[in-house]
Amino acid sequence: MRGQPSLCEVLTPLNLAEALALLAAHPEARPLAGGTDLMVPFAAGRLPDRLFLNLWDLEELRGIVVTDGEVTLGALTLFREIAAHPLLQREFPNLVRSAMVTGALAIQSRGSLGGNIANGSPAADTPPSLLAYGAELELTSLRGSRWVPYADFHTGYKRSLLAPDELITRIRLSRMGEGGFHYFRKVGTRQAQAIAKVSLAAWARVADGRIQDLRLALGSVAPMPIRAKGTERILQGQAIRNLPLDAALAALQADISPIDDLRSSAAFRRKVAGNLLVDMLRGLAPT
Amino acid sequence: MNDYAHIGRSVLRREGRAKLTGAALFTDDLKIEGLLHGTTVRSRVPRGRIMGIHFEEGFPWEEFIIVTAQDIPGKNVVAHLIQEQPCLADGVINHAEEPILLLAHPDPERVQDARERVRVDVEPLPPVLSIEDSLRCDPVIWGEDNIFKTILITKGDPERARAKGHLQLEATYYTGAQEHVYIEPNAIIGEATPDGVLVRGSMQCPYYVHHALHELFQLPLDKVRAAQVETGGAFGGKEDYPSMLACHAALLSWKAGGRPVKIVYDREEDMACTTKRHPSRTRIRSAFAADGTLLSLDVEFLLDGGAYMTLSPVVLSRGALHASGPYRCPDLRIHARALATNTPPHGAFRGFGAPQSLFAIERHMDEAAHRLGLDPAELRRKNLLRTGDAMATGQIMRDEVDLIALMDRALAEIRYAEKRASYPVLNAGDEPVKRGVGFSVFMHGGGFTGSGETMLHSVAALEGTADGQVRVLAASTEMGQGANTVFTQVAAEALQAPLDLIVVATPDTGVVPNSGPTVASRTTQVVGKLIQDAALAMRKTLLDAGYLQDGDVAAAIRAYVAQHGTLRTESQYQKPDFVQWDDTTYRGDAYATYAWACYAADLRIDLVTYETQVADFVTVQEVGRVLNPTLAAGQIEGGVAQGIGWGLNEEVIWRQGSMANHQMSNYLIATAVDLPRIRVFFEERPYAYGPGGAKGIGELPMDGPAPALLNAVQHALQITPRQVPMTPEVLMDLVEGA
Amino acid sequence: MTTQKILLKLTVNGEARQALVHPMSRLLDVIREDFCLTGTKEGCGEGECGACSVILDGSLVNACLVPAIQAQGSTMRTVEGLAGVDLSPLQQAFLHHGGAQCGFCTPGMLVAGTYLLETDAVQDEDRAREGLSGNLCRCTGYVKIVDALLAAREGRP
Repeated sequence: MRGQPSLCEVLTPLNLAEALALLAAHPEARPLAGGTDLMVPFAAGRLPDRLFLNLWDLEELRGIVVTDGEVTLGALTLFREIAAHPLLQREFPNLVRSAMVTGALAIQSRGSLGGNIANGSPAADTPPSLLAYGAELELTSLRGSRWVPYADFHTGYKRSLLAPDELITRIRLSRMGEGGFHYFRKVGTRQAQAIAKVSLAAWARVADGRIQDLRLALGSVAPMPIRAKGTERILQGQAIRNLPLDAALAALQADISPIDDLRSSAAFRRKVAGNLLVDMLRGLAPT
Repeated sequence: MNDYAHIGRSVLRREGRAKLTGAALFTDDLKIEGLLHGTTVRSRVPRGRIMGIHFEEGFPWEEFIIVTAQDIPGKNVVAHLIQEQPCLADGVINHAEEPILLLAHPDPERVQDARERVRVDVEPLPPVLSIEDSLRCDPVIWGEDNIFKTILITKGDPERARAKGHLQLEATYYTGAQEHVYIEPNAIIGEATPDGVLVRGSMQCPYYVHHALHELFQLPLDKVRAAQVETGGAFGGKEDYPSMLACHAALLSWKAGGRPVKIVYDREEDMACTTKRHPSRTRIRSAFAADGTLLSLDVEFLLDGGAYMTLSPVVLSRGALHASGPYRCPDLRIHARALATNTPPHGAFRGFGAPQSLFAIERHMDEAAHRLGLDPAELRRKNLLRTGDAMATGQIMRDEVDLIALMDRALAEIRYAEKRASYPVLNAGDEPVKRGVGFSVFMHGGGFTGSGETMLHSVAALEGTADGQVRVLAASTEMGQGANTVFTQVAAEALQAPLDLIVVATPDTGVVPNSGPTVASRTTQVVGKLIQDAALAMRKTLLDAGYLQDGDVAAAIRAYVAQHGTLRTESQYQKPDFVQWDDTTYRGDAYATYAWACYAADLRIDLVTYETQVADFVTVQEVGRVLNPTLAAGQIEGGVAQGIGWGLNEEVIWRQGSMANHQMSNYLIATAVDLPRIRVFFEERPYAYGPGGAKGIGELPMDGPAPALLNAVQHALQITPRQVPMTPEVLMDLVEGA
Repeated sequence: MTTQKILLKLTVNGEARQALVHPMSRLLDVIREDFCLTGTKEGCGEGECGACSVILDGSLVNACLVPAIQAQGSTMRTVEGLAGVDLSPLQQAFLHHGGAQCGFCTPGMLVAGTYLLETDAVQDEDRAREGLSGNLCRCTGYVKIVDALLAAREGRP
C-alpha cells in the first residue's frame, strides 16, 4: 500500500444539497463513489488528490425510475442493480451486458454508473452502451442543473464537460420499445475481469429492409469512448441485403484512433474493431 | 487393489482446516512487537554507474534505518551457485529494479513515502536486452562472451545422418518470460544481532536462505537460522529470490540493533523485481526418413538468464536434457547456452527449462508430420522411446512404460481421430469460430539432474516424542503441493501407525536436517523415500527393543523415550545402484527416473477476436504410484492451468529491461471461466526407488500444455505458430499474414 | 500534519467492533491491522485477485477497494465468521475435495462461495465458474474449488 491515508481528508455530506455546497466551497475535492476506480491508483500511490467528497451515502443519487418514455438512473446506481433490472434487461440489454462484464461480482457490488462515466476511462465497459442508446446526463451544481447528451460529455482523454463544482447526478435513457437490434461485445483477452482492448455497442432499428436508425459506439479505440458517426452515416438508410461493407469498414477506420499500449496494439484494435462491425452486421442482416 | 493403509488414499490435507478458517498464519499475518517495516530503493535503468545517492532535504531521515552496500558486515553477495550477485548494488547497476538502498521505519506509510524521496543519480550505460544482442556481445556485460554456461550433448553423427533424410526441416521456436503470480507476494521477517541471525518467511528452501545469510554476515553456520512460515504458493518463484529478501531484512535489522524488520512486497514490486521463467530461443534442424523415422536432431537451445548467473546453469541443464523429447534418435547434438542480459535474473519456475525445450521439440514433431503427410500420432508411434532404448545421453530407458498406449489413451479420451477428420470440414464453413485438436507427448525427470542428488547428501529424520508422537524432520516445505500430507502418509505407512501420530515439523534450519531444496519434483520421490527409510528404521528400532509386541506404536514410542531419553532415526540419500552420470561429458543417467505423459487439447478459436478457448483438456500420465489421488490430481490441474496461461495469455511486456505490465490487471492469469474442466488420468507403475512406488509429479504438468495447444492451433487454422504466448495479437499477425 | 482519524464502528462476524482510523484507510488494512483478523489477505491491492473478499452489508466486496469511511456502521463477515463449532458445509466440501492448496486465495474463495450459495447463484458449473471469476487461484486450476462449491450446494460433503 503506497497511498497515504494519513494525509487525506474526506468530506461526507448527508444529502445532495450539502454535497453541492461542499463541492462549491472545495472544488479541489475529488468525488468518491464506490471507490472501485479511484482506490486502485490511490493504493499504488499514483493519485495526487488529498481531499475527497464521499458520495456513498447520498440516497438522492440511487434508484432507477421508469416512466412511459424514459428510464432515469441515479448516478450511484450500481452495476449489480443494472444487471438485475428486468426492464433494463428487456429494453437495454447492451447496458445490462456491459454492466455484467465490468469486473466481477465484487466490483459490480460497489461500482456505479456515474462513477464509471466520471472516471473517463476510454476502456470503461458501460460508456459504449450508453452512447449507443443516446443517453443524456444530468450535471448538477449549486448553480443549477443541466442535461447534456452523453455523446458530447467526453472532450478528450480524461477530460469532460463536468465543471469542478458539478456532479453527475442522473443518467437518462429514452425508451425505444422492444424489437430493436442490440449488439454488445467486449474483447479483453481474458473471459472475465479483463480491461477492454476493444469494445463495440450498437443499437439499430430496421424497417422495410433498411437500416432506419443506427447508433454505433466503441471503447478503447480513442482517447475516450466514441460514437462512430462516420460509419453510422454510411450505413444509415441502407438496405440490409446490400450493405456497403467496404465503405463502412473504411469509415470505421477513420472514426477510430487507437494506440499501442500495455494491453494491445493499435493494429490489433483496428483489425478487431472492423471484425466486430462485420460480426454486428452479420447479426443485423442474417444471411 | 490397494494393500496399503494410507498410501494411495486421498488423505485430507493436514493443514487444511487452518487454511479454511483463516487461522493459518502467513508471514504478513504474524504479530511482532517492535516491528520495523522495510523497503527497497531500486535502479530505474537497466545498466549504469551509480554517481551519487541524494536524500531529500528537510525530511526527517534520522527516524529511518538506512542501509547501503557499505553497511554490509560480511560479503556483499547473495550466494547461489556462485558468489556474484550483490545484495545491494555498489557502484554499478546491472539490471533494472536492482536493489541499491534499504529503508526501515516503524510506520509502513512513512517508509513508502521515504522511498520516493531518495534519488539515485546513475550514468546510464548501453544495455543488452535480448538473446540476440547478448549473442552478438553488443556489448559484453558478463565474463568474456556473455555466456553463463554451455552444455553440449552429442551422440553419433547428426550431420551425416541429416544428409540421408527424406525430409530435412529447420525451424526456430520462441518462448516468453512467465511470472509466477503466487497469490501471496514475497514476505520475510529478519532479526539480526551479533549473537545470531534469524529469518522467517515465505520460502521454498530454508537452507538456501541459510547459506546466503552465512555468506552475507560471515557468521558461523550455527549462528544463522532460516525458518519457513506458511507459504502462499511458490512454483519456483520462492526458490532463490527469498535469499535476497532475507539478506535485506536481516541487514536492516542488523543496522537497527536487532529490532525485527519485515519486508512484504506489494504485487507491483513482486512482479517487477523477482525472478521469472527464462525466455528461450530453440532452433531445431532435423531429418526424417520417408516413413517418418527420426534420423537426426540438431538442437540449439538458448536461455536468457538475466543479469546474474543465479540458477541459470541448472535450468539450462534440465532444458538441454529434455530437448530431444521422448524420442529415439540415433544421431543428435544438443548445444545449449545460458546468456547474460540486463534484465532482473530469471530463475526457477515449475518445469525449470524443460517446458521451453519440450515446447520446441513437440511443435517440431507436428510440423514434421504435416510436411511428411502423416498424422502427428503416426509420426510419434514410429519414434517414441521404448523400454531398453537409449536416450540422448546414452541413458537406457528402464521405466517399463508403454508410451504409445499412454498416447492412445489420451487420444481416445479426447476423441482425436474423429475430431481430426471432422473439424476441417466444419472449419471450411463461414462460421468465425474454428476448431482444432492437438496433443503432446513428453517426460519430466524426477529429482536433481545428473549427480545433483548425490552431491546434496540429503538427510531427513524422524523423532519420537515423550507423548508418543512422531515428528518428521525435513527441510522440504509445504507450499500448497501437499508435502505435509504426503510425508505424513509415508511415515505412517512405514511405521504402521495412525496418521494422527505423525507431525511434520516446521522447516527451520535450527531444527531440521538438510533434506535439500523443495524443487525439481524431488520432494515426494527423493525426500519421501528418506522419510520412509527413517520410519522403517524407527519401526525396526522399536521392534528390536521389544516395544511393539501389541502393535501400539504410540505406546511403544512413549515407552522407548521414557527408557532411553530420545528416539531419532535418520536416513541419507543413496543413489540407486544403476545410476551413473558424468558431468563433464553429459553421458549417463540424467535422472534416476522420469514421469511420462500425453496431453491433448481441443480448441475453439474465434477469428473475430483471435481469442483461443480451451474446450477440453485431457491429461494421461505415468507417475509411479499415486500416493494421494486428490492431491496428485490437484497438482496436475494446477500445473496445466499455468501451462495454458504460458501458452496463450501470460505475456511479460519488457520496456528497458523492466516488466512494464507488473500488475494483475495487466498480466492476466486465468480465471475460473477461462479454463475447462481439466481431465486427469493416471497410469500407475510403482517405481522401485520411490516411497510406496511414487515418482516426482510437481513439474510434469507444466511441460505439456503449450505444445498441445499450438499443435491444435495448427490443426484448426493451417498456420505454423512457433512462439508462446500465442496471444490474440500474435495469432492475428499469423492469420492475417497467412 | 496528519489528518483527523474517525471512530469506525462495525459489526464484524456478529460482534460490535470499533477502531480509530483514517477515513481513507483501506477497509482491508482495518480488518487486518486494527481488528487483527488476518484471514483476509492482500494479493494484489487493485481488486483483481479477490483474496480480500468480505461480505459487507450483504454485498460481496473487495476490502482493498473500500475506504474505511464507507464501511461506517456496516455489518461485515470475514472468513473467520464462516465456521460455527464445525466447519461450514462449504468449508467441509473444500477440505474433502482438495479445494485449498497453498491456502492464500482460500479465505476469499470461501467468502465469495458462501455469498454465491446464499444468493442461490450456483445453479450449475458454468454459473459457479462465473460467480468465482473475481477470485484468482494459481494452484488448483479451479476444478476442485468448483467441485466443492457444487457439492456444498447439493448438500454433499
